Amino acid sequence: MSAAKGGARERVPGRGPLPGWVVPGSILLLVAASSQVVFPLWERAWLLFVGVAFVCLVLVVQEVEPRVPMRHRGLYGKALAFGFPVVLLLTWEWLSTSGVLNARWFPPPSQIAVALWELTITYDRFNRTSLIGRPWLLPERLASDGWAGAVALANESHVWATLSRVGFGFAIGAAPGIVIGMVMGLNRTVRMMLDATMSAFYVLPKIAIFPILMLVFANPFGEGPKIAVVAISAFFLVAISTMAGVQGIDEVYLEAGRNFGANRWQMFRHVILPAALPIVFSGLRLALGTALIVIVAVEFVRADRGVGFLIFYNWQVLVTPRMYAALVVVMGLGVLLTSILQLIERRVMPWRRTPDPR
Amino acid sequence: MALKIVSTAAQKRFPTRHGWMTAIERFDLEVEEGEFVCVVGPSGCGKSTFLRILAGLDHVTGGDVRIVPGPDPSQPLNNVVFQEYAVFPWKSVLDNVAFGLEMRGVGRSQRYERARQWLAKVGLTRFEDYYPGQLSGGMKQRVSIARALTNDPQVLLMDEPLGALDAQTRTVLQEELLTIWEESRKTVVYITHSIEEAVFLADRVVIMTAHPGRVKEEFRVDLPRPRDLSTMATPAFAALTGAVWEALRDEVTRAMAAQA
Repeated sequence: MSAAKGGARERVPGRGPLPGWVVPGSILLLVAASSQVVFPLWERAWLLFVGVAFVCLVLVVQEVEPRVPMRHRGLYGKALAFGFPVVLLLTWEWLSTSGVLNARWFPPPSQIAVALWELTITYDRFNRTSLIGRPWLLPERLASDGWAGAVALANESHVWATLSRVGFGFAIGAAPGIVIGMVMGLNRTVRMMLDATMSAFYVLPKIAIFPILMLVFANPFGEGPKIAVVAISAFFLVAISTMAGVQGIDEVYLEAGRNFGANRWQMFRHVILPAALPIVFSGLRLALGTALIVIVAVEFVRADRGVGFLIFYNWQVLVTPRMYAALVVVMGLGVLLTSILQLIERRVMPWRRTPDPR
Repeated sequence: MALKIVSTAAQKRFPTRHGWMTAIERFDLEVEEGEFVCVVGPSGCGKSTFLRILAGLDHVTGGDVRIVPGPDPSQPLNNVVFQEYAVFPWKSVLDNVAFGLEMRGVGRSQRYERARQWLAKVGLTRFEDYYPGQLSGGMKQRVSIARALTNDPQVLLMDEPLGALDAQTRTVLQEELLTIWEESRKTVVYITHSIEEAVFLADRVVIMTAHPGRVKEEFRVDLPRPRDLSTMATPAFAALTGAVWEALRDEVTRAMAAQA
């Protein structure tokens, strides 16, 4: 028993053995903390209280780990990773239903879930929008109005509006970004000519040029400027990382290519492109994150559809559960787009998958 | 026998901030067809520079270094086994080994067939679908050697190919390399800083001076072939390594003093 404990403690770097009273003390504190009796007394010091509770939780959980059999450690890790947010949500639920948190500004997660469900199934007559475009009406509309019916349904959807803006903008910006970045990486003259200019644009928050784009496009309130601002944000990020990727290629690969008689095209196809790909993809990931930020900001300012609009509108009319629900949707979109990119990444770079154990 | 590599008064100078740095100067070397030559010298003596010039990856600033082309113009002049492996992480083992043939436009089935033959010789048949990231250092260097040999160059250039490996893997690979070479008898220029390795592998050991790099002395290694680990235990081997070390010692001390 003591040996097992000692072994467990060695796993925590920079910490000596805990005094024996710490764990039972922590459990006591946690129990006391979660009882309604103690909490009101401490209301003003809630931040301190949260900190202490977290430390106690960590101390208790740490003592559990060495008792978990080795073969269940993976499961244990997952349980911690998913259990903690669940605990957070439950705490939030409890805090705002019990009135410690102002439920108007911090509605309990259950209310947010309900709001999300309502948003999904209802049609907003005032804004003439719905969250996902009421796909269950699709067969009916197709029958009555044909494709125009389907398009009308897509057009009323917040999710589709945001997704299409990000999708088109990202594609339109990233593709030339890769090409220009490659050229800049490969050609010294082009690089020296463009580098300063690109860096200048790179530091400019792209949302700042949105007004200019609204001037440029015939319809300032249409999709054009929104897609363009996403495209421009993606372009610079992708171009600059691609350039860095090409420049960072280990000289020895280029020499090996040359030594084995690769011509210019083969050099590009077999050496430069695959060698630069990992950095190109990290640029794409960065650009995707930025594209989401930019589109939400743009939709705050100037849109009658889109998830950003949904957040901002529900702030204006003070329906906070729906505001939070829209946030959840944004998170979902982020996860969705990132995993699509990850899927592409794995397909394009099969050698980057985790190595098989031999 | 016919001369395969001729270097006459080769010179290589690099521009640096403090003026010109001479890597090699008045470098004379002749290598015969089918000869295995090891070049040994203190670190920084320009032995890798000479190899890069031979490989066509760098140019002389004076004199002449050339590989005498063989009768078959389609056979590549040289291929390099690089110090840091330089196998492409994005290509499977099989595609890495078939790389040279692919660049020369050899069809898929034909180049894979030849690549597989060499993979078998270096004992990597089982790993043809693996990526280099899944292999150990020793296996990566085997891939690199197979890649060069599959391309069947007239001259094989090796730049401290085993330098990064641990002592045991190194010994195993030295033996494998000898076995393969004794079959093919290709012209080899092999750069190393290990005297034992040089004497064990080579027909001739060339010792270089440092700053500037120049041929100091040559030793013919008459140890009988085929050689194996027991060769290293013979008195002749010990005598030769001793002699090489005697010749090299001054250079190493000089190089160390120059660096200090």
